[in-house]
Amino acid sequence: METPRAGSVIDGFTLTERLTSGAMATLWRATHPDHGMPLVMKIPILDPGADASMIVGYETEAMIHKRLSGPHVPRFVAAGDLARIPYIAMEFVAGTRLAEALQSAPLAVAEVVRIGIAISVALADLHRQKVAHLDLKPQNVMMAKGGAVLLDFGLSRHSELPDLLGEESSAPMGTAAYIAPEQVLGDRSDPASDIFALGCILYQMATGEEPFGRPATLPGMKRRLYHAPRPPRSLRPETPAWLEEIILRCLEVDRRQRYADAAKVAFDLRHPEQVVVARHRRATTSPGLGKRILARFQKRDEAEILGPSAHARREAGPSIILVAVDLSGEHDELAAAILAETQRLLAAREDSWLACLTVLRTEIIRETQTVDEHGRSLYINRLVSLKDWARPLHLREDRVSYHVIEAVSAADAILNYAGHNDIDHVVLGARASSAVRRHLGSVSTKVVAEAHCSVSVIRVKGGRTN
Amino acid sequence: MRIAVLTDLHANREATEAVLKAVDRLAPDRIALLGDIVGYGPDPVFAIETAERLVSDGALCLLGNHDQAAITGPSGMTPHAHDAILWTRTQLSAAHLGFLDALPLSAELPGMLFVHASARTPARWPYVTNEKAAAECLAASDAPLVLCGHTHVPTIYYARSGIEPVRFQPLPHVAAPLSAIRRHVVVVGAVGQPRDGNPAACFALLDTGRAEITMIRVPYDTQETARKIHAYGLPEWLGLRLHIGR
Repeated sequence: METPRAGSVIDGFTLTERLTSGAMATLWRATHPDHGMPLVMKIPILDPGADASMIVGYETEAMIHKRLSGPHVPRFVAAGDLARIPYIAMEFVAGTRLAEALQSAPLAVAEVVRIGIAISVALADLHRQKVAHLDLKPQNVMMAKGGAVLLDFGLSRHSELPDLLGEESSAPMGTAAYIAPEQVLGDRSDPASDIFALGCILYQMATGEEPFGRPATLPGMKRRLYHAPRPPRSLRPETPAWLEEIILRCLEVDRRQRYADAAKVAFDLRHPEQVVVARHRRATTSPGLGKRILARFQKRDEAEILGPSAHARREAGPSIILVAVDLSGEHDELAAAILAETQRLLAAREDSWLACLTVLRTEIIRETQTVDEHGRSLYINRLVSLKDWARPLHLREDRVSYHVIEAVSAADAILNYAGHNDIDHVVLGARASSAVRRHLGSVSTKVVAEAHCSVSVIRVKGGRTN
Repeated sequence: MRIAVLTDLHANREATEAVLKAVDRLAPDRIALLGDIVGYGPDPVFAIETAERLVSDGALCLLGNHDQAAITGPSGMTPHAHDAILWTRTQLSAAHLGFLDALPLSAELPGMLFVHASARTPARWPYVTNEKAAAECLAASDAPLVLCGHTHVPTIYYARSGIEPVRFQPLPHVAAPLSAIRRHVVVVGAVGQPRDGNPAACFALLDTGRAEITMIRVPYDTQETARKIHAYGLPEWLGLRLHIGR
């Protein structure tokens, strides 16, 4: 095909302006009479002598991008026939590439957190669509008005489609500074690889340095299996301990220790007070010569170092569970039933996480009472009751949090919390039916109707109907 | 164009009826039957008469190795297949055999070749069960897409010149992409005797406009088919295997 230039018309798309382009493809602003929105055309540079895998990268990108939707990917418009004119046409996303923002790294902690949450939310959305990006890096993240938008699916993997790129090549594919250790070894199946890359980006935002440099060789990339990066706080002491903890959990080589869900990374970034700083971390200094020689002879199996794919954990059950308990009156039997159901859900997945919530009703008209008849804070009383309720679950402190929320409407409080924190599963109780409740509608009815996730409604069997 | 591809009916009435109901709902432009209408199953007359009806409505229909054996008598078959063919021959009229005898070994539509076993040597019924066999199948044809049956296990092979084909097990009801820079062998799962561990009947819906093919699974009453296999004195295993899809 001809070299594209401004004014070229390809399949009805008119190229208007060339954008900053990479070595592999040219990017153009474009228009099409059938599409009102501003467009971008990505046209690969395919020299006759070009690596044949380039075209496979395009094939992969078109195959996966066309199946993606939502606010965190550019809307797919069309792909050219690869045998004729390869291109991908998509929505133009206005914003700034993260790579630009990173030029002024280290960034303020609040900025690291804001961007980190945006990327985590975008990744969670991508992973929900069964796609692992596998080349997450600052150049491929656009910070737009509605959050982070992920670009370039040329190395991506859809769990239900053939991995033609991976099957035809055994070389590790990714970007040296951000590639996950399992990808270095050729595993292209785990969305947790994106969480490792996210850890690299968070590290870079917080410290101004790339955690593993940019090794040019395979042995250089493999170093990350055996050597942990310097802790962010040793480079930049003002980094909070909880942020270092989140970054290092993203960068765990052993996937049993790494976050399995991007939504949980977002949750932790939003709730620093809930992050429990681990007491034992990997050795942060290089081992001495003697140890290195010994390690050479006792080289552990690489698969063992990486641990199993996080896939099984993600499939086992919900990652973040919200349980709402009414502790305002005498509902002991119902509270016990809610506890039992919560225990069953938690048992499905050992790294799941529980948010316990109870609502302190406030009045709209009258001034709300904040202390009881003995002058004790109602808030503290309720928190004590909530912790007492959850005690039989015997959860470690890093698996549970407690929230007493003051609200007029319990249902709204539960729905807000669930929506804001990307909760996977809500558990709440329903009291026995009564005429008043049937008339006014119950908390559980509203939550079931409006929640964007699964909801278990617990009822005591054969309970009184008063 | 949307084409429903059905193969290996194997005289299984319950599976065939369930699949045809599903095909009806999808309203494809064309139906292709890739052979092995009879063999193994207890309803060869029903299967042949159904195929005849579909052909008169415009369907493509190919000859399979079991159809061939029904015409000429079994040779070189496994003992169960052999016994079932002997029984099948007692059920069929000359007209039935005449219909089978007129079926071609392969057929073509623009951009695609249909064959029961492999394009390599259609009359010798080789199995496309690995990358090498898929490459050999493609080497014998110019078509970008070869559709076959015979193995009873849904599989897609993606081939690019100079590289060993990539083998992919398509998931049920998930459209698998076909690529403009590749050639493909699509092995369609069996209607009448699935062997991929899923007892539900299988057929494929090819959508050339979208460049996609989807393996569709339809559960059916395997108990009834197995009951008839038992009642007609056919080998017991031929009924048992339907319950487990092996």
